[in-house]
Amino acid sequence: MNEKDSNPKTSTETKTGVTRRDLIKGVAGASAVALGSGAITGFPMVWAQNIKNITLRQFGTGVSNLNAIAEKCKEDLGFNLQLTSLDSDSVTQRAVTQPKSYDIADIEYWICKKVFPSGVMQPLDVSRLKNYDKISPLFINGKLTPDSTIAQGTAPHTVGFVEEKGSKNFAKSPTNWMTLIPTIYNADTLGVRPDLVGRPITQWSDIMDPAFKGKTSILNIPAIGIMDAAMICESMGVIKYGDKGNMTRQEIDTTMKVLMDAKRAGQFRAFWKSFDESVNLMASGEVVIQSMWSPAVAAVRSRGIPCVYQPLKEGYRAWGGGLGLASHLSGLELDAAYEYIDWYLSGWVGAYLNRQGYYSAAPETSKAFMSDDEWGFWIEGKEAKGDILSPSGDVMEKAGATRDGGSYWDRMGKVACWNSVMDENKYMVRKWNEFIVS
Amino acid sequence: MTTLINKKNVASYWQSFPLTLVLCLFLVFPIIVIGIVSFWDYNEYSIIPAFILDNYEFLLTSSVTWQAYLKTFEYAFLTLLLTLGIGFTVAYFLAFHIRSSAMQTILFLLCTVPFLTSNIIRMISWIPLLGRNGLVNSGLQSVGLIDQPLEFLLYSDFAIILAYVHLYTLFMVTPIFNSMMRIDHSLVEAAIDAGASPFQILKDVIIPLSKSGIIIGSIFVFTLVMGDFVTVKIMGGGIRANVAILIYNEISLLQYPAAAAGAMILLITVIMMLVILFRLVDIRKEL
Repeated sequence: MNEKDSNPKTSTETKTGVTRRDLIKGVAGASAVALGSGAITGFPMVWAQNIKNITLRQFGTGVSNLNAIAEKCKEDLGFNLQLTSLDSDSVTQRAVTQPKSYDIADIEYWICKKVFPSGVMQPLDVSRLKNYDKISPLFINGKLTPDSTIAQGTAPHTVGFVEEKGSKNFAKSPTNWMTLIPTIYNADTLGVRPDLVGRPITQWSDIMDPAFKGKTSILNIPAIGIMDAAMICESMGVIKYGDKGNMTRQEIDTTMKVLMDAKRAGQFRAFWKSFDESVNLMASGEVVIQSMWSPAVAAVRSRGIPCVYQPLKEGYRAWGGGLGLASHLSGLELDAAYEYIDWYLSGWVGAYLNRQGYYSAAPETSKAFMSDDEWGFWIEGKEAKGDILSPSGDVMEKAGATRDGGSYWDRMGKVACWNSVMDENKYMVRKWNEFIVS
Repeated sequence: MTTLINKKNVASYWQSFPLTLVLCLFLVFPIIVIGIVSFWDYNEYSIIPAFILDNYEFLLTSSVTWQAYLKTFEYAFLTLLLTLGIGFTVAYFLAFHIRSSAMQTILFLLCTVPFLTSNIIRMISWIPLLGRNGLVNSGLQSVGLIDQPLEFLLYSDFAIILAYVHLYTLFMVTPIFNSMMRIDHSLVEAAIDAGASPFQILKDVIIPLSKSGIIIGSIFVFTLVMGDFVTVKIMGGGIRANVAILIYNEISLLQYPAAAAGAMILLITVIMMLVILFRLVDIRKEL
């Protein structure tokens, strides 16, 4: 950029010096000068060179806004990706209140349900994506395999499509216009310190065992916390929900009463809101069983502290995220964004996310970027033949380890509900506040 | 005669104009906006300009609000009491027991050293100390004073008050020290000559003469504690809540009108308390 401002005499000199090979090699400095002076307008590489000046601003939660992705994007596609990572509530807030501050929103589907109708995003034309047909059917029709049942809550496919360009209403079946292109998802369960609980943990209600009084925690993000609470209450046998992801006022009352009674009895040590908080609670031994996210468990384990992402009898609470386009995006930036999203699905990022313990939305493309052993460990639930490394190269699991919860199909096939936004959301949030204050 | 006064007035109005403008722009205008929004309606993702009383109705009739206010006042008064006790003692020591003014300045500056770091850092540094396996618990356990870790040390009201006292005592020390420095020492000598006991000197001479400092310090501490949510969030482990936490939760869940209503009520409460405090002392006269 700076060189563009340098005096015009230099650029005329550079003009003669620019060869086709320089441009193809992507020597940005020299060619940018030439381009800036308008000296080689009409050259076939103009588009590819212009794109170097593009910066796409993306924001989302910490799980997928990783610098490694931005670096690889620059390397493969040539343009800049500027990432901002926030907690889930701040993501929702920013998406709605500052739509001009981002180009690409990396948000979760339950957030999409709140955000998309406000008109800050534009649907994506899936016919422009080469990798669209590689996306797991889970995001298209809600079924992992043709005969699986659709879990409760805001399943991604229910807010995945709109009727037409410019529409804000979610479509009932797949169309050409997608709200978010799915990228990442996982099945969540309770995290446990096996060295401190002293007994096997098998079901969600174990978190309410008086033996763990003052040593448990749940997360304080209402839309997710209420789903964990629902799993707990159903497991305790207190209530059977019509739909956990869309409770009636009465069901919300019952659920919150269970939580409030437990809080008064001193069952909880703390509530957490961000990734780091959950890691610290667990690593310091303040809590021994809590709702947790998979990479947080990995973070505790990487400090040499035993921590298990415990599969439970009632199944998992799942979430999914994807990339959406801000409505102001157009022209070259929009083209770049489409190219970026297609690249996201093309395998490298998928493999990166798989190695962190999440799942890629386009499983088959990511397979090509993983070794057989990695694929066997992370996806097929097989015993690791060699050490399993994290994306940054640290040893995450020793040879012989198997993944908590088994294979992809075992885990995603046992999803009981998705994080969701209910019709009675406003009421639920009020009750949640009451619970925090009580 | 009247023209003369007017001319004088106009000049002083012009002088105060820049400050008035700044205050209107950055204080009055935002408060008016918050006031207006507090009557609006909202759904999951947008705020709807409509005049409704529902936000206030829910706020004022909900037991949650009352509980939160009770808790907030509890925090505020306990903190006030403790910071006043410590702050007064420190200021008294600095003003009356340290003889050289150079030493006074050095010791006072020493009090401000912790404030060179952010208050969140100072707060977080308590956590490894107070935790279940923290320094305090392991220390007490190793000398055999307790055999179970003390749970109330962290993520409790105790931890919150402790952090408040740690963070805000200096706001008490400074104004009290300042007003004590202006007490004429011959008054104390006169009291001694007249046969007053040390307690009587404290009660009848020093406390009345430091009243303005005490009130100013109390105003600082009170308003800071009433509006604080970070301390409650971090030291309370998310399990305790005051009014500011309620507002913070509503903002993070995009319920701006409800948060605005909460903020208006909090503002009114704090102003009421300040009016009471200002009744106790004529600040303008004292300064």
